[in-house]
Amino acid sequence: MREITYAQGIKEAMSEEMRKDENVFLMGEDVGLYGGAFGVSVGMFEEFGEERVRDTPISEAVIAGAAAGAAVTGMRPIAEIMFSDFTTISMDQLVNQAAKMRYMFGGKAKVPMVLRTAGGSGTGAAAQHSQSLEAWFCHVPGLKVVIPSTPYDAKGLLKAAIRDDNPVVFIEQKLLYRKKGMVPEEDYVIELGTADVKREGKDLTIITYGRMVPTCLKVAEDLSKEGIEIEVVDPRTLIPLDKETLIKSAKKTGRVLIVHEAVKTGGFGGEIAAMIADSEAFFYLDAPIKRLCGLDIPIPYCPELEKNAVPTEETIKDAVLSLVK
Amino acid sequence: MNISKEKLGEMYEKMLHTRKFEEKVAYFFSMGMVHGTTHLSVGEEASAVGACSALEDTDFITSTHRGHGHCIGKGVDLNKMMAELLGRATGYCKGKGGSMHIADLERGNLGANGVVGGGHAISVGAALTLKMKKQDNVVVCFFGDGAANEGSFHEALNLASIWKLPILFICENNMYGMSVPTSKSMNIINVADRAAGYGIKGVVIDGNDVIEVYNTVMEAKDYVKQNGPILIEAKTYRWLGHSKSDANVYRTKEEIASWKAKCPIKRLRKYLEDNHIFTAEELDAIEKKTTEDLEKAVEFAQNSPYPSLNTILEDVYA
Ligand SMILES: Cc1ncc(C[n+]2csc(CCOP(=O)(O)OP(=O)(O)O)c2C)c(N)n1
Ligand SMILES: [Mg+2]
Repeated sequence: MREITYAQGIKEAMSEEMRKDENVFLMGEDVGLYGGAFGVSVGMFEEFGEERVRDTPISEAVIAGAAAGAAVTGMRPIAEIMFSDFTTISMDQLVNQAAKMRYMFGGKAKVPMVLRTAGGSGTGAAAQHSQSLEAWFCHVPGLKVVIPSTPYDAKGLLKAAIRDDNPVVFIEQKLLYRKKGMVPEEDYVIELGTADVKREGKDLTIITYGRMVPTCLKVAEDLSKEGIEIEVVDPRTLIPLDKETLIKSAKKTGRVLIVHEAVKTGGFGGEIAAMIADSEAFFYLDAPIKRLCGLDIPIPYCPELEKNAVPTEETIKDAVLSLVK
Repeated sequence: MNISKEKLGEMYEKMLHTRKFEEKVAYFFSMGMVHGTTHLSVGEEASAVGACSALEDTDFITSTHRGHGHCIGKGVDLNKMMAELLGRATGYCKGKGGSMHIADLERGNLGANGVVGGGHAISVGAALTLKMKKQDNVVVCFFGDGAANEGSFHEALNLASIWKLPILFICENNMYGMSVPTSKSMNIINVADRAAGYGIKGVVIDGNDVIEVYNTVMEAKDYVKQNGPILIEAKTYRWLGHSKSDANVYRTKEEIASWKAKCPIKRLRKYLEDNHIFTAEELDAIEKKTTEDLEKAVEFAQNSPYPSLNTILEDVYA
């Protein structure tokens, strides 16, 4: 084990899989010499050359569609869409083509592709560069959806995604790219659909993912000093969802707060809440299931507004206290 | 075409405003005084200012992520523009938009855009309004060489061509889309060659010559009102990195230096002096005024309040 960043974890996963399997390759805007807009693929162009680390024109529709086409015919592409906001341009290829081929063709096709993209606010890039659109993908059967919160998870989940025979949307978190964590040097894979209990507690469960995980863990540490023990559960993959682990934690603490950065209305938190309410955990609940999410607005530019458009340590704390009091 | 002394002076002033505005912006970013990102058009002022100076307030433009020059060219309140950049309530977008979203609908500026190619289709809609309301105006759609590879570019040009919409599609070809040179993103030398695919006229001009840009746009305005869209490609170059952070690994120092030698502002100044249109003293006075204008804009912005947290939910719906 050694300490590396979230971005390095992602790069290692791609590089190791590319060394192992010649069908794996990377394509996207500025992923080559430039090393990607967030520096994730720095050095890969030098190692693998322009045949396997391919700069594309600024054409998100064909990036996603060509990945699907290459995948269904025997390659294992990793396609990068610079900001998750621009996956909207890729959407037809992803939703109507990649996600549906297997089912439409009666189970005969495999589409082993990964679409990597960077999501989230907090960088001052305003409304068109800051969205959290994961719920869009979750609404499309045939796609898997992954959002890692640590360097360890990022590397292990990306390896699993690359080896998976389905289209996987892998949403990275801009604010986590430079965060460090312990990551083994040897090969490991985190199975898609396995949640992780990031902190154990008995009083309340926070279900959260992506960049809200470190924020919620901080709140949990702070409130621990006040005698409130919070369990923080990170599903890590939204599709498939590890319902069992989430339900188990809800039964254990009897109180559930769901936190995500994406806007509340139509957000994935609603799905998690409904899933828990639908389960045997319902009978163990001591309080209504609560959601704390992004406000239903585009992300504003001014720093103070931007910060308050999504859950903060303060609002998370308040939400926890409102449930345990 | 004979351009009046007044117009030439106005263009010189606007190019200087753009340059000095962006120098301030670069300074603010380097000092960490603003967050987010910005895309500077230093070296590309002639295409933006030349084109916009040929327009009326009632003509529309759609701009890009590199849009400060378009904004200033179209006529702008520098105070409100600087305030927006600093995220203040007095800014064009009440502090909610920032550098990439400055819009001035009253002067026909439909906004900078964070999405590459985001303006292509919007310009078609704006031109459709003009046509259906029988307004005698045009739309200028600015976009980069990189944006010409988005699907929306092709859909927009096709639709505009069959509906004969009054649009000037102006490609500011600065030879790179972020780190990728046009030689690696398209199989042609000139974006303007794509005009043939839509049966419209395509022209290549020197984007660092503000007079050529101005004259081309003046002529094309009448042309597009009669015949439908035109594709104008202005060849130019950005001196600085793509956005605030960029180590320029994808191009050489020599290349950058060779384009710095072709400064569009110095070039206009030389033309104005050599042809005795302005004296050096007159031009110095304009330059001095632009410096002062920017100082005032910064002062206005810095003395403006940030938007109140109460406004955070406002303006999502009409
Ligand atoms: C749809 C979309 N894809 C990618 C980006 C990221 N991006 C911002 S500017 C840029 C390069 C644009 O190149 P070009 O159109 O030539 O304009 P220039 O930056 O050279 O002015 C890229 C890739 C974006 N903002 N929007
Ligand atoms: Mg360009």
